[in-house]
Amino acid sequence: MPPESPPVAAPAPDASAPSPPHQPGLLELFLAFAKMSLAGFGGVLVWARRSIVEQHRWMTAEEFNETFALCHFLPGPNIVNLSVVFGSRFRGIAGGLAAFAGLVGPPMVIATILAALYARYGDIDVLRRTLAGVACAAVGLLFAVVFKMMMPLLKRRDVTGLVILAAVFVAIGLIRWPLQIVLLVAIPLSIATTVLARRMVRA
Amino acid sequence: MSSESNPIATLVWTFGLMSLFAVGGANSAIPEMHRAAVDVHHWLTDKQFADVFAISQLSPGPNVLIVTLIGYSVAGVAGALAATVAMCGPTALLAYYVSRFLDRSRDARWPAMIQAALVPLSIGLMAASGLIVAQTSDQSWIAVLITIVAAALAFATRINPLWMLLAGGLLGFAGVI
Repeated sequence: MPPESPPVAAPAPDASAPSPPHQPGLLELFLAFAKMSLAGFGGVLVWARRSIVEQHRWMTAEEFNETFALCHFLPGPNIVNLSVVFGSRFRGIAGGLAAFAGLVGPPMVIATILAALYARYGDIDVLRRTLAGVACAAVGLLFAVVFKMMMPLLKRRDVTGLVILAAVFVAIGLIRWPLQIVLLVAIPLSIATTVLARRMVRA
Repeated sequence: MSSESNPIATLVWTFGLMSLFAVGGANSAIPEMHRAAVDVHHWLTDKQFADVFAISQLSPGPNVLIVTLIGYSVAGVAGALAATVAMCGPTALLAYYVSRFLDRSRDARWPAMIQAALVPLSIGLMAASGLIVAQTSDQSWIAVLITIVAAALAFATRINPLWMLLAGGLLGFAGVI
């Protein structure tokens, strides 16, 4: 895909390699996030990294990791948080809104159309069967992510982490306790054990 | 149907509150969405929830857009919009203020610490999400097999996951499942 020309008058020559990073305008933010969002089937993060770090060079890889780590530790949809933090870093609140609108707006229109189609045709047997098949595969993908994220814990033999993981799984998945109650117990517990473990490593 | 005076307000309240507890992103919040949409408010049946999950994975964009689909089934386009904004807005605002605060203080150690502590929680939540959807979608041994194969392929290879979703859809279409 050819790099798009900036819509706002920006006299910066794009070709020069390590020049100070080009400041994206509002429209540019909107379009970049709309593009990565529409390309992102089953997760936008990969595309966000590609667009922000490799294609546009708006951030270095480290800056991106730091920003994403922050958005991952805060609650809510990570990539949505990232869009707001990223956009506002360049263009204030308007920039945050532009990136947010680009990320969420176009796919939301698509999702709404799909929802309308489903409401109308969802009872048709062929469609039900097809969606059931997609759901089977989608659950598999979710489990794959779970295993990938578990690997570092297994390698480190992080027993407390694995116990907390299992406890949350049982409480939410099997017993079906409400999320808030489980988290109010699990978050302080997990933070306390993590802090303790690090102290012990350092001592 | 439960008696709700204003479905939009219920949507906004439900998802706005839920977003603040969605540690580890949208996929971790699926058990809570299931509890709210199927068990508490009876907006969707179990099967409809699995369908909506499938559609959200099939369509482009962030996974959080499953709330758009739930919102639509409750109150049409207005519901879709309300649910999406409620699920994204509060935490986006929080992220904005926290990032500004951190930019000024420049002490980035405690987020890393808390994040490390939250990792096991969000993995446990995602595993629970998988279980809850699987209990509806994987009713036959062939369905279970498809889930296992998709999981193994996505874990061990770099094949674009979209192909696995399409393959699952085709097998369902053909009536294999």
